[in-house]
Amino acid sequence: METFLGIDYPTLWYLVVGLLFSGYAILEGFDYGAGAWHLFFKKDLSRRIAINAIGPLWDANQVWLIIGGGALFAGFPVMYATMLSAMYIPFMLFLLLLVLRSSAIKFRSSEEMKWWRTTWDIIYFISNTLIAFLLGVVLGNVLQGFELGENYTYKGGIFFAFLSPYAIMAGFTTLSLFMTQGAIFLLLKTEGRLHSRLTFLLKKGMIFFIISFAVTSLYTLIFLPGVTDRFKEQPLFFALPILAFLAVANVPRLVSKKKYFQALIFSSLTMAFLLMLVAFQLYPVLLPSTIDPAFSVTIYNAASSQKSLGIMLTMVVVGAPLLAGYLIFLYKTFNGKVQLDDTSY
Amino acid sequence: MDTEILARIQFAFTIAFHYIYPPLSIGIGLIMAIMEGLYLKTGNKQYEVLTRFWLKIFAITFGIGVATGIIMEFEFGTNWSVYSRYVGDIFGSALAAEGLFAFGLESTFLGILLFGWNRVSPKVHFFSTIMVFLGSMFSAVWIVVANSWQQTPAGYHIVGEGFDARAEVTDFWAMVFNPSSVDRIIHVWQGAFLAGTFLVLSVHAYYLLKGRYVEISKKAFKISLAVATIISLTQLLSGHSSADGVAVNQPAKLAAMEGHYEKSAPADLYLFGWVDNDTQEVTGIKLPGGLSFLVHQDFEEPITGLNAFPENERPGQVNAVFQFYHIMISIGMFLIGLTLYACYLWWRGTLFDKKWLLKIFAYSVLLPQIANQVGWFAAEMGRQPWIVYGHLRTDEGFSQEVSSNQILFSLILFLVVYTVLFLLFIYSVNKKIKHGPYDEAKNPDEFLKYV
Repeated sequence: METFLGIDYPTLWYLVVGLLFSGYAILEGFDYGAGAWHLFFKKDLSRRIAINAIGPLWDANQVWLIIGGGALFAGFPVMYATMLSAMYIPFMLFLLLLVLRSSAIKFRSSEEMKWWRTTWDIIYFISNTLIAFLLGVVLGNVLQGFELGENYTYKGGIFFAFLSPYAIMAGFTTLSLFMTQGAIFLLLKTEGRLHSRLTFLLKKGMIFFIISFAVTSLYTLIFLPGVTDRFKEQPLFFALPILAFLAVANVPRLVSKKKYFQALIFSSLTMAFLLMLVAFQLYPVLLPSTIDPAFSVTIYNAASSQKSLGIMLTMVVVGAPLLAGYLIFLYKTFNGKVQLDDTSY
Repeated sequence: MDTEILARIQFAFTIAFHYIYPPLSIGIGLIMAIMEGLYLKTGNKQYEVLTRFWLKIFAITFGIGVATGIIMEFEFGTNWSVYSRYVGDIFGSALAAEGLFAFGLESTFLGILLFGWNRVSPKVHFFSTIMVFLGSMFSAVWIVVANSWQQTPAGYHIVGEGFDARAEVTDFWAMVFNPSSVDRIIHVWQGAFLAGTFLVLSVHAYYLLKGRYVEISKKAFKISLAVATIISLTQLLSGHSSADGVAVNQPAKLAAMEGHYEKSAPADLYLFGWVDNDTQEVTGIKLPGGLSFLVHQDFEEPITGLNAFPENERPGQVNAVFQFYHIMISIGMFLIGLTLYACYLWWRGTLFDKKWLLKIFAYSVLLPQIANQVGWFAAEMGRQPWIVYGHLRTDEGFSQEVSSNQILFSLILFLVVYTVLFLLFIYSVNKKIKHGPYDEAKNPDEFLKYV
């Protein structure tokens, strides 16, 4: 098997996909999170400001999902095909909610009528909340494993099997983490009354996160087989949950000092550490089979050919700096508090 | 209904709906880039007004295009998992390149394009317009490359057997430049330019008919007419070249397009007609030997017909392929005639005098849209029964573990959401057109104040 810097290609691609989905979680995390607070703002103007805070950015943030999905398809086609067809219902709901959410952003402020705006506000709120929740649910399902038989055939339930208690807990954890991230982002972008309201809401969000995180972690340790073994093998990885905890504990301190950008960095770090924990927990498995570990989807049996992975790694080396350049330029242009003008939503 | 049919209906519906928007974005993007370029070059504020106006319509179109496009990216996995495993090594890398090199470019610069007027200099804004436009062109490249590979696979070998069989890339550039991709990329770009320019033509023809925004509408109309004329003429060339490729690489598709059954005989070219698949007869107006002439420049040269292929290896819906193909051709010819005649009047200096012509232009916005749709339907139905030509059959490619009820559920949701979305799109574009580029009620000469 070909290697680069001593790491084999499937593992490198695992890192690429992991980075892409982490970028997606961190950036769209604050977009979805901001939207999940939407109905907590009472005034029409506040809601409009909240949407325009993500206005110029959300399309670019969504790129991470598109590239992540493409990278998964390209590098691990077996994983892409197996996960999506087994999780048919949650993914279809997720996709439709994405459409509804984009429509809400585009159309919400295009009319003055109160019923129009209220309807879109509700759609926007529900779609953001459910998208965040469903992402967590899918992650929970992956951690728990699928009922995979030979040849990666899914044997599990069809309509509601994805809503297992553990998946629901993971869903709430993701939602609460996104809401924390979203509130910090909005603090960074707003001022005045809305700003002070958000300071209050952020505290609620963090409590919500700490509770769901604690419950999910406890459940993981007790009920998910093999989790503790992993830590016994590599005690060093105990550092990850501790780091995640320290990072989130740092957020209130920074917020009280009004260092919102740093707070956003630390809540993003929390996400990054948690995702690294997930990645470490699974590696080299992508999708554990609950029927027989031999049927699991791993980075090796799911991977594309060495040739294809090599081509795509080259693409990443060329493309990633370009993309980073565009993003920095965009974020620099729209740095600072939201100001509504004739181009706003 | 069985899973395969439902999966196909769902894919056809979601892709056809999606395909209303990206071509419009690409076409409007081109016109917008020209308008903004003229503004920077001449400093004439009228071009800025036009750019800003079309940007508003571009924003909605682009937004719906992205939203409905994400669904396509994941639908391969949800509904076509066997196919996804089979082609991931190849198709996936094209999709990944699309995301990395095209979508990233267009989506980041989109923020500056839409919200940057008051934040960046006109030059940087123009640069962003160009980047978004180029990004959307590159998107088309990679998507068409992926689809063309399904039509004319190249640069690969098949590894494994049975369930484990899959295509693996052996030569990336041979895969990218497979026999049909260049012709089809150009053909798709041109279709997109026509979709966009004809929307611009339609809206400004409408203004001219109503006597509104006359001065700027004349400018916009002329820009778009020039582009539309060049593109509709050259579209004929790429279309011809594409058909030549089909003759070589997908003979069964070509035969279906003209309803040609006989194993090996000179083939006719129909102006229009009706194919009866049972009697294998076509009724219609034809040029005998015309297809032979187009392909071989000889009316007598035989062309492989459908009967040369086993029953289960030729397109099932011959008449549909025939009709879709002919509608596309007829529209293409009509657009050539229309734009050339308008150019003749332009040269005579009487372009805006004929109301009936402006009326035709106002309604013609639908024609490139229809041609784009039916063209793709002909291409995709003509590829049947293959999902990867010659290698994987469509009835083997769908997700075996997904039940028909699940697809029915998602299909109904798509129908509802997309219908609402389409109505919103029409409503909101219509409203923007009615409202116009600036507030006319005030003194029209002072419109610059409202810029």
